[in-house]
Amino acid sequence: MNGLTLILSALSQGMIYVPMALGVFIAFRVLNMPDLTIDGSFVVGMCVCAVVTIAGSPLLGLVCGMLAGALAGLCTGLLQTKLRINPILSGILTMTGLYTINFMILGGQSNLYLQRTELNAAGAQTQVASDTLYKSFRTLLVSLTGNRRLDANLSAMILSGLIALLLLAILAVFFYTRTGMAIRATGDNEEMVRSSSINADRTRVTGIMISNALVAASGALLCQQQRYADLNFGSGMLVVGLASVIIGQVFFGKRSVTLGLISAAFGSLFYRVILQLAYKIDMPSYAVKLLSAVIVVIALTLPLIRRTIKERRAEREEAV
Amino acid sequence: MTGLTLTNLKKTFEKGTPNQKLALDRLSLAVEKGDFITVLGSNGAGKSTLFNAILGKFRLDQGKIVLEGEDITHLKDYQRALNIGCLYQDPMRGTAPNMTIEENLALAYTRKASKSFFALNRRDSAYFRELLSGLNLGLEDRMKTKMGLLSGGQRQAASLLMATIAQPKLLLLDEHTAALDPATAAQVLDLTRRLVAEMHLTCLMITHNMQSALQMGNRTIVMDRGRIALDIAGEARAQLTVGDLMRQFQATSGRALDDDRILLSPEKAD
Repeated sequence: MNGLTLILSALSQGMIYVPMALGVFIAFRVLNMPDLTIDGSFVVGMCVCAVVTIAGSPLLGLVCGMLAGALAGLCTGLLQTKLRINPILSGILTMTGLYTINFMILGGQSNLYLQRTELNAAGAQTQVASDTLYKSFRTLLVSLTGNRRLDANLSAMILSGLIALLLLAILAVFFYTRTGMAIRATGDNEEMVRSSSINADRTRVTGIMISNALVAASGALLCQQQRYADLNFGSGMLVVGLASVIIGQVFFGKRSVTLGLISAAFGSLFYRVILQLAYKIDMPSYAVKLLSAVIVVIALTLPLIRRTIKERRAEREEAV
Repeated sequence: MTGLTLTNLKKTFEKGTPNQKLALDRLSLAVEKGDFITVLGSNGAGKSTLFNAILGKFRLDQGKIVLEGEDITHLKDYQRALNIGCLYQDPMRGTAPNMTIEENLALAYTRKASKSFFALNRRDSAYFRELLSGLNLGLEDRMKTKMGLLSGGQRQAASLLMATIAQPKLLLLDEHTAALDPATAAQVLDLTRRLVAEMHLTCLMITHNMQSALQMGNRTIVMDRGRIALDIAGEARAQLTVGDLMRQFQATSGRALDDDRILLSPEKAD
């Protein structure tokens, strides 16, 4: 694999995970709340999208996947605000329950390929691949450019990139509307929001729903790109998303929401590049999760290490 | 016209446990519209509990709260906040540190602002700038600064603006200058006096400073064990010294008005 294809493949993967990084950013940085629903809502987006795509509408598949994610978020939000269950536990409960729901959505199996059985001219059963957004988009690009050998990775990256950009732009605007600003304030100082006569429970639930809808969007996109849905794909997604957010923060700092959203998106891309480089030096694919966890741990301890070094230096200077 | 009427408020915390505490004991109070009442009392007398009852932070065992003719006893806290502004001792409580001064004000103003797609707009910003310049702290030129970067006094002044920005029917101040240094505290008290007078606000202010309790406002109540032990206004209050107040309290409640934090007149009472 040469350098360019490596980067292209990394970006193509990274773009798919941008919505998830945005969702994780909203949960962890805007709402200031660790939301473990994410592992489950990624898969629910994937499963719902798979079923709807097979039924014939890839675009509706993406939309329904996102709605399903929002519903998962609604569930976590209500557990937290109405039943006063600890936020982390609320997420774990929803995520655990979702496993069963996802299993049912997939029709009682652990994975589902995007294909349907049809009878061919001879009357024999054949498997026909379902249309996906990526397939249609590539066909569109080919007809526009006339290039029949257009790289599928490239067209996939462009489509995921466009969707990611659209979601990013909508969010960047949304967080400056009255509702968006109230959601930001809820994560910053909930008491102040209530004293401003705003129903903070509602803004919190809305925020969690948006966050999980974005995560589900990544699940739906991945499902269409790899042409199957898998029940076990979600585990560790939260850490992947968090790694993206934190990597982005290293480059951009934390100044405004818009910059935060952009840095989360870039973080998602950087993260995939790092992974591709790791694969290049023969890291086995099962090592991905450990690598993600280590990246998050390092990034989270950096401030502490920096402070300790500073304090030690100050101490030494005093001693001299 | 009546501003706020409290009738028979009763609240027992941790009922049925060894820690059971009667925090409000059938407390009744009628506040006229435009009254500025200072509230004194020892630790645990029920001052903050009274405020929290009015704000709807918990459900009362019994009693009724009427604000300018509207029964708010069963409204949720954020619903009551539409017409009640509140300020606490901790300057951090009233503001969102990671949002700008302008955004904080816009959020507080959501209660009364006309509908707009974006939370910030030119018309509201001009209004906020005008309000901020009234503080004389130079904050009007720092509207894009994050609230968390301001000093405690500046934050408390901004919180005071936020609490009053929507012309509340009632303003509750819970020792809102106690965490500030004396000079800043005096400044914030001045500002309080001015805003309350300009907006003709009905206001209750808890304080540990007996001197300012008698100087500010038009009426003083002293709480004891969940009730109102003393209620002094008008001519009687104008003549009253801190010493008189303590003697009167001792006479009614049978014990001294003591509190490790109560400040006896910092300057000599005259």
